[in-house]
Amino acid sequence: MTAPFDHNDDSVVVIIGTGAGGGVLANELAQKGVSVVALEAGGRYLPEDYINDEWESFGQLAWLDPRTTSGDWRVAKDFSGLPAWIVKAVGGTTTHWAGASIRFQDHEWKARTTYGEVEGASLLDWPIDGTEMAPWYDLAEKKLNVTRTNGNPGLPGNNNYKVFEAGAKKLGYTEVHTGRMAINSRDDQDRLMCQQTGFCFQGCKWGAKWSSAYTDIPEGEATGNLEVREKAHVARILHNEAGKVTGVEYFDENGDLQMQKARIVCVAGNSFESPRMLLNSASNMFPNGLANSSDQVGRNYMRHMTGSVYAVFEQPVKMWRGTTMAGIIQDESKHDPSRGFVGGYELETLSLGLPFMAAFLDPGAWGREFTSALDQYENMAGMWIVGEDMPQSTNRVTLNTEVKDQYGLPVANVHFDDHPNDIAMRNHAYERGAAVYDAVGATRTFPTPPYPSTHNLGTNRMSENPEDGVVNKWGQTHDIENLFISDGSQFTTGAAENPTLTIVALAIRQADHIAREMSAGNL
Amino acid sequence: MSTKTKSPRSMTRRDLLKGATTAVGAFVCGATYVAGPNAAWATEMDALKPETFATLVQMARDIYPHDQIGDEYYVAAVKGYDKPEEVDAISAGIDALNDKAREMTGLEYASIGWERDRVDVLRAMEDDAFFQRIRGGLVTGLYNQKAIWPIFGYEGESFSKGGYINRGFDDIAWIG
Repeated sequence: MTAPFDHNDDSVVVIIGTGAGGGVLANELAQKGVSVVALEAGGRYLPEDYINDEWESFGQLAWLDPRTTSGDWRVAKDFSGLPAWIVKAVGGTTTHWAGASIRFQDHEWKARTTYGEVEGASLLDWPIDGTEMAPWYDLAEKKLNVTRTNGNPGLPGNNNYKVFEAGAKKLGYTEVHTGRMAINSRDDQDRLMCQQTGFCFQGCKWGAKWSSAYTDIPEGEATGNLEVREKAHVARILHNEAGKVTGVEYFDENGDLQMQKARIVCVAGNSFESPRMLLNSASNMFPNGLANSSDQVGRNYMRHMTGSVYAVFEQPVKMWRGTTMAGIIQDESKHDPSRGFVGGYELETLSLGLPFMAAFLDPGAWGREFTSALDQYENMAGMWIVGEDMPQSTNRVTLNTEVKDQYGLPVANVHFDDHPNDIAMRNHAYERGAAVYDAVGATRTFPTPPYPSTHNLGTNRMSENPEDGVVNKWGQTHDIENLFISDGSQFTTGAAENPTLTIVALAIRQADHIAREMSAGNL
Repeated sequence: MSTKTKSPRSMTRRDLLKGATTAVGAFVCGATYVAGPNAAWATEMDALKPETFATLVQMARDIYPHDQIGDEYYVAAVKGYDKPEEVDAISAGIDALNDKAREMTGLEYASIGWERDRVDVLRAMEDDAFFQRIRGGLVTGLYNQKAIWPIFGYEGESFSKGGYINRGFDDIAWIG
């Protein structure tokens, strides 16, 4: 059989979502000769469609279906209906991501063992480790053509980086460079090198940044083994009396309910939609939702400890010019409890255009304290903080039955409270970030609060013991052998690093496992 | 707290402003139009009373004051409220603003001379839905006007110019 596949073809693997997890898994399986139907809630946008305009692009790409929020995190106050800044399109959030591609540190796979018991945290060791993951990281770095790996040079530093680097070196930081980026530093893999355009978050119009939208997805489609159904919004996953999943119900582009039969279902809708789909699939046999005998589905939501530091200087920086996030300080990513918290954080260059700076610098602020900062926009430099946050079982995605989406399905409510460790780490990072800029003459610095989350992790976490999590070390649900989780929601802990490279490495590894088990007749 | 008690400062300022309200109330309002004090802009009113709109424009500037930006951009940022279905909500909001202004200063909002005194009035009602709606709308209504970007040095779209690879992505001269 070649694509397109019949809705009653129960030999196909159905993958829900086409981003870093689902998009890569779809292609990897297709390359191995497995028939795949990928259901994507969004439409298809390619480099020629992307828009160098922050709000217009946001309207084009962002997931804007209703969600609700609760908890003490500031996002719930500032952006109550927008807990995440993620994408609804073929390629998912790989259209929007900045490209930072760094491996977990070995100790981060064993957070519970390394950090010990942390009050209020539901820390757990991953059932896998750095040695297990090393060959999969190698493959992921090759696929994403990451700079500073495989002989690829680093990207050149832009204006924002030069300020950041000079300040970092004055403070004595040594692990400072333009990052390991999934952005071509030379023409390669039929894609151009970075043209220093900025607007990395709005989709790379040159295709220099890796996105599954124009790499893995078309590669998979070219095999004849992958069919991508766009604007297919999944309602629920079906199962039989034996407790195995049998197919997926979804609303098509016209709002009509369709059903695709499946041999295996892989869920990769990001950490809000993935648990939501499992919970919305509750049945008589599984009254708490699919794969939820542990009551862990939706729990342990992590979003990374984040924040930003912007600074004003006497002279222009023009931080928006060039690659948005090609700059990193890694010295603070180590685990050093003498700082007053466990885990570590990375500092990475970041810029926003004027429209988004107005929205995100200090949401809700007004008056001259705020506008005098924006008046110095041209003289601003900026960095983002990304660190390990503590999993907490009460930080969770649940169904909000009071609010329905356009299909009448209960929406996800996202509850998040900062853990004291998160707050201590953020305050440390604000101080260090400001010190970087003060060292090179900043006249004013801004400890900017977290944006709606782009790193959404942990709501279907991986665990050795079935009672501690939702999936095993292959991303296979503990409860249902032919149901897999293939996105960042399977993260046991978040580590300090941007998650995409790890999501991709896990997806390549999962594809290998699924194909092998299918061949062996075990799935 | 009695609203009838005036502080010496506000009394003094009120005395100073007495008889000068037309100069301080900077907008010129006709029956269906409103114009800026320096004739830099004028706009036809579709639905709102001109004095209501003029006060809204002043409120917008006081929320996000940028002295290098002309009134026309603030006008553009709030002109969307000048339509029949908004008249009741906006008029009620501006009436409440003027009530608060009179209570605190004895003057209507747009007649208060110092920005800091107008800001005191806004602070007193910043949790109100009306204030939050106007402020929230300005975040995009003002800052997403492409015409103001160059005033802040922001260059906007760059793809059509080939990015900055040959146009100064690393041209900073003052850093080591």
